[in-house]
Amino acid sequence: MCPRKGAASSGGRIEFNWHNEDGCIVKSVLPVLTVVLAILGIWLLAVIPMNMHLVADQAQRDGVIVVPDEPAARQAFSGVGLTWHNPDLVPLTYNFVRPRLPSPQQVAGEMHETIFTKSITSKRSLVYHGWVTLAPTLLGFLIGTGLGVLLAVGIVYSRVMDRSVMPWAIVSQTIPILALAPMVIVVLGSVGIQGLFPKSLIAAYLSFFPVVVGMVKGLRSPSQMQLDLLRTYHASNTQGFWALRLPASLPYLFTSLKVGISASLVGTIVAELPTGARAGFGARMLVGDQYGQPLVSWAALFAAALTAAALVGLFNAIERITLRRMGMAAV
Amino acid sequence: MICVILGVMIWAAGWVLNVQLANGLSSEQTSVKIAIPAIFGLTIVIVWELMVRGFEVNPVILPAPSSVLERLFGEGPILWADFQQTVLKGALIGYVVGTVAAFVVAIVADRSDFMTRGILPVGSFMAALPIVGTAPILVKWLGSDWESKAAVVALMVFFPILVNAVAGLKDTNSMQRDLMRTYAAGYWATLFKLRLPSAMPFIFNGLKIGTTLALIGAIVAEFFGSPTVGMGFRISTSFGQLALDMVWAEIVIAALAGSAFYGAMTWLEKKVTFWHPSQR
Repeated sequence: MCPRKGAASSGGRIEFNWHNEDGCIVKSVLPVLTVVLAILGIWLLAVIPMNMHLVADQAQRDGVIVVPDEPAARQAFSGVGLTWHNPDLVPLTYNFVRPRLPSPQQVAGEMHETIFTKSITSKRSLVYHGWVTLAPTLLGFLIGTGLGVLLAVGIVYSRVMDRSVMPWAIVSQTIPILALAPMVIVVLGSVGIQGLFPKSLIAAYLSFFPVVVGMVKGLRSPSQMQLDLLRTYHASNTQGFWALRLPASLPYLFTSLKVGISASLVGTIVAELPTGARAGFGARMLVGDQYGQPLVSWAALFAAALTAAALVGLFNAIERITLRRMGMAAV
Repeated sequence: MICVILGVMIWAAGWVLNVQLANGLSSEQTSVKIAIPAIFGLTIVIVWELMVRGFEVNPVILPAPSSVLERLFGEGPILWADFQQTVLKGALIGYVVGTVAAFVVAIVADRSDFMTRGILPVGSFMAALPIVGTAPILVKWLGSDWESKAAVVALMVFFPILVNAVAGLKDTNSMQRDLMRTYAAGYWATLFKLRLPSAMPFIFNGLKIGTTLALIGAIVAEFFGSPTVGMGFRISTSFGQLALDMVWAEIVIAALAGSAFYGAMTWLEKKVTFWHPSQR
């Protein structure tokens, strides 16, 4: 069996390594495909009973004989029961216009149409909405990470900062601050601050504390022996920082960056959801929901998922290259 | 203006006091370790109050801590009803459902190495996704009462707990398993006496990640439809009435609930995994 990587024994965050040199990636392709296919299978099966009532109503309006033929009587049946009586309606559930649960190929079709066939400046293009979400995410992430690293350095070198700020940094991670993201947007909007900045603020806040906590851990990771060695070299604090502490902290930093970037993206999307934003993934999810276009919601949901995966994958790649060039194995 | 100067002075005094305490002789005592962040937090609140008064900040933008405190004590019954609806019904029920589901799937998957290798990467991938985006869809499917909130919460906590449980169940070495075999222990005895206990540090990691997610899910889902009670509902309606002190009162409750939930899990972890090196 492949060695399990990244599963820290003290119950650390578990990560999946996309690129293992020891052939693990080959060994996990088949199991991963199986699980993904199983999820798709469940989805495909669920489409039938979820949409059956709507499809039956529509079919009757189109003159198809439906059993039972009273709409009220149909309500007494479950989706599965109705399917049992009307097996010939099953194909229709997969191409229904306004389904409760769209089928995978409908979502894929909608995504293909809105990503590839629309001009990227069009309001209907998912690429356009993706950028509206991604830009504040990245800006906020940069700000949050930068400030987080600075605060971590302060905490490591100042005893007062460590004692007074660090407990709050840890406690703040247990607070459901993400839920308040929409309010922050509206408050800032009401004082005239709009556009990129409010969403970036939330993204920055959400990536800030994971980076602080991870970076403090990383900067403290050199052992006493290593610190003593530098002292015998008569290295100053500054030299010790650049030559030992900073390089030693990088594996921790990358772990935090991956947590931070996905938190930032979730934050931006939540910030867009109920605030009446007109563009962005969050806005698309809500618009599709409110105007009875479930396909729009689902396409936005999956596009957001793909974006999150791409961002985490990107940081995985940067981590791998950086750590290898520094001669450190991937943690 | 006096307020602003006073604020700056209190900030400086608090900082000097903390410097004294942190570098003093008694800095390793538990009471001092608690006192330093407490003083830091208290100075921030006092400075906030003084700045709001000093600069006469519009309460629609930032209310003073004193008015938030007033709301906290004055609106007790409403806040308690919101807490019950969102935390006790939505978040807690969803959390339990998600945890049980994750356990069942983890134990089933654990029987085959093939399944484990499939579920671990897919699960950790799903855990990084913005699952909270399913909230509008689930509210539409399940109605606006707490059931839809519990469903969002269950979906959000499911993947982190699943991944940690699956990884944890793999965390025994062949020596330990061989020992169980020499005792003639079957699958279930090995599961309950060896593998589940040794998976606990991992599982609690997932459970602790889940506590914050549960509250986020329950509050955010209420933005998309709720009965006229609940923390998310109160936050958005108070907001519409420009009663920002009420919004902040709900934030305080959410923060306390989140920390208490997390703290309870940490306490339970200490009781259950007392044998683990990180707890000794």
